[in-house]
Amino acid sequence: MRFRTESSPHMIPAHSVGGVMQQVLMALVPGTLAMAWFFGWGVLVNVVLAVLFAVAFEAAIVAARKRPVMATLGDNSAIVTGWLFALAVPPLTPIWVTLIGIAFAIIVAKHLYGGLGYNPFNPAMVGYVVVLVSFPREMALWPAPDTLSEMSLGLGQTLQTILTGSLPAAMDWDAITRATPLDAMREGLGAGRTVSEITTNPLFGTFSETSWEWIGNFFLLGGLYLLFRRIIHWHIPVAVILGVAIPAGFFWILDPDSFASPAFHVFSGAVIIGAFFIATDPVSASTTPLGRILYGAGIGVLIFVIRTWGGYPDAVAFAVLLMNMVAPTLDHLTRPRIFGRERRGPPPGDGHG
Amino acid sequence: MQLHRFHGGLKLADESDASTRDPVLVMGVPSRLIVPLGQHIGEAAEPCVAVGDSVTKGQRIGQSKGYIAAHVHAPTSGEVVEITNHAVPHPSGLNAPCIIIQSDGRDDWGETRMEPWLDWDTRDPRKLRQRIRDSGIVGLGGAAFPTAVKLNPRAGQRIHTLIVNGAECEPYISADDSLLRSAPEAVFEGIRIVAHLLGVERVLFAVEDNMPEAMRALTETLPGELRDRLQLVSVPSIYPTGGERQLIKVLTGQEVPSGGLPADIGMICNNPGTFKAVCDAVIQGRPLLSRIVTVTGPGVQHPRNVEALLGTPFADVIAATGGYAEGVDRLVMGGPMMGFAVHDDAIPVIKGTNCLLATRPQDTPAPGPLMPCIRCGECAAACPAQLLPQQLYWQARAKDFDTIQDYGLFDCIECGCCAHVCPSNIPLVQYYRYAKNEIWAREKERQKSDIARERYEFRQERIEREEREKAERMAKKKAALKKKEGSADGDGNADSDKQAAIQAALERARARKAAKAGDTTEDSKTEQPDEAAAKPDAPAERDSTDTGNR
Repeated sequence: MRFRTESSPHMIPAHSVGGVMQQVLMALVPGTLAMAWFFGWGVLVNVVLAVLFAVAFEAAIVAARKRPVMATLGDNSAIVTGWLFALAVPPLTPIWVTLIGIAFAIIVAKHLYGGLGYNPFNPAMVGYVVVLVSFPREMALWPAPDTLSEMSLGLGQTLQTILTGSLPAAMDWDAITRATPLDAMREGLGAGRTVSEITTNPLFGTFSETSWEWIGNFFLLGGLYLLFRRIIHWHIPVAVILGVAIPAGFFWILDPDSFASPAFHVFSGAVIIGAFFIATDPVSASTTPLGRILYGAGIGVLIFVIRTWGGYPDAVAFAVLLMNMVAPTLDHLTRPRIFGRERRGPPPGDGHG
Repeated sequence: MQLHRFHGGLKLADESDASTRDPVLVMGVPSRLIVPLGQHIGEAAEPCVAVGDSVTKGQRIGQSKGYIAAHVHAPTSGEVVEITNHAVPHPSGLNAPCIIIQSDGRDDWGETRMEPWLDWDTRDPRKLRQRIRDSGIVGLGGAAFPTAVKLNPRAGQRIHTLIVNGAECEPYISADDSLLRSAPEAVFEGIRIVAHLLGVERVLFAVEDNMPEAMRALTETLPGELRDRLQLVSVPSIYPTGGERQLIKVLTGQEVPSGGLPADIGMICNNPGTFKAVCDAVIQGRPLLSRIVTVTGPGVQHPRNVEALLGTPFADVIAATGGYAEGVDRLVMGGPMMGFAVHDDAIPVIKGTNCLLATRPQDTPAPGPLMPCIRCGECAAACPAQLLPQQLYWQARAKDFDTIQDYGLFDCIECGCCAHVCPSNIPLVQYYRYAKNEIWAREKERQKSDIARERYEFRQERIEREEREKAERMAKKKAALKKKEGSADGDGNADSDKQAAIQAALERARARKAAKAGDTTEDSKTEQPDEAAAKPDAPAERDSTDTGNR
């Protein structure tokens, strides 16, 4: 009798790329819903649009590269890229901004480098940084959280705003948008006020603004789920958070009037989602355990440095991209000790012993 | 006892229950046995019988060549009907030399059986080792390394710990489990013999925690002689605990040095089946003729363990258990993680056949589309050798064979953990095997060219030396001649003498040429030998020295 001969292991594989990405998407749901709760329909509209654009660009470029389209789309990575991009931009971002950002993310950052697995930079963050530096006005329009604003937009109005780029009649941007806590902190400190003065504003909760805290909590929930399912490992998220908190804590202890507390830093802006969902993008991160710790810590420190002394209120995207550059070197320098060898032992034999 | 753990590994579903429900089935003698000459690590044996010879059970039919090698014996009595290349269990699927025996059904030991040594404890360790070598015993865990070699540590190496590797960590395999349940006494006797041979201080007997029956049998039959130095240890069933290096780490916390052997840290590790084979060889004078094979998987009707003669075709073994299940399309020798799929079931059982795993398409689907590596690092987290499989993969693809060795390619034990967890379906182990083979091939090529270069240099040197000697001789002769002339006469005479000699030589040459021309015109057929004879001497000589040197 004749049999098929395929190589070992003769078992059903434990994971698939599509499955891993699916878990990531599931873990994004609670945080995304929390964001929609505070910032309105715009969050969901952006996610849907960005995902559609990402999948469309992915399909088009994969077809142009003469690769199997359906198999490539099945890895779900374009959906993750689109989704993360949508969470990074303000909820009322005009559609053309999203289109440009996603085009850069998928075409330039991902496929010009060879597609999934070959991109040195995190595609979603490349797309976000492109629109952030190109269209600063659009990127600064964060609406006030719904709980604080009397004027909230319905689904129809949201759609109209995103598609046309202008608000419905009888509304103006100044009325519905407001500085994010990071903006407020930055501007306040710049104007010579102290941290305690800035945070006496009723919008501030325990650590940061209540809405941002809750969004952070829900992303944290999703991140813990990924840790629990062993989709990601603890090294990067823990290192990112400590990388932000330790320097922030150091300066805060030195001068609590001019420096925000570490808890404010961790729970404002994109630190939580960055730590669990963006920095952990496997393709562009370091792969060794020690390398991941250094990579995450580098991101954390850069976030703090850019926020405190740099030109942008938040810095997750810049920090991630900067550390992406270092990841291959970190991998090379942090190789684990091989079983049966000294860490600094002699070079390996020729294998013929 | 304090257990340790190794990095990575996998917790795999245990599938061995199905095959241990029934006791071991002792198979009868098949009518035709195909005995491969290479059943072990090392060079294949050489046949020492001829076609038409009748052989007795246990007679040596393959003589081992070299030190790392093993003899091959006739599993039953009968007639050698063929010595030919036949399909054998090898990942390549290639044929290899086999001795094919038509059994006579008498299973007759004849006069060749070795003398049973019930008094083995009075024998010299060297004699015992020779008996193990004569019996063709190899490691029965699957790797089939010649046991006599393993039990012969290098001078200066003292073995203090003997490890019995009863950790069958691959799912499905239960050959050791059923051996320990059915014949624990023989295993212990073998352990005593080997412990005596090596003079070890302690014996660690590892059994996985999912083998409670085997553990009970061992606890009940542990002989008093071993009680003070043998420790039964239940180890967690994490794949690949059954790897020698991993097991030693779990039991002792020590790591076998990279590129070294357990003997380097005073330990020797063997499979329970090997100890049973040692016991049979010494106590009964029975060489290694049969082994326990687990027949299992969803592709067979009745999974169970079978004691089969070496050389029994897989098809016969599976038929003896009740045959295949509907839709079987893959047959694996070994376990699901490290075994290899064979293309044909006419392949015979060999010394390393611990398991036959048959599966259907739904159990082992064809691999999904190959996706790019996303550098998730799951492979590195699972690697028990603490390597970076994703980096090795890139280096193997780039054929960067220096860097890949720097990253520890040869520390890879090919356990397959990385490939199992890879979300991109990359057959990682295949890449490592490819890189290893390529490096070995290049190494061989390099050695060959080194030898060629040495030969060439030697020849150049010899030719130069000869020229030099010739020149020296000539110079001496000339000097002597000059001296003679100088003493006898003036210089004019010498000159005319030389002229005369040249003249004479020219005459001779002319005559020879004429004769040859005549020959050629007369009969072209005789040209060749004449030509050869007429060839100037010097090149002919060089030719002959050339071949002589080659």
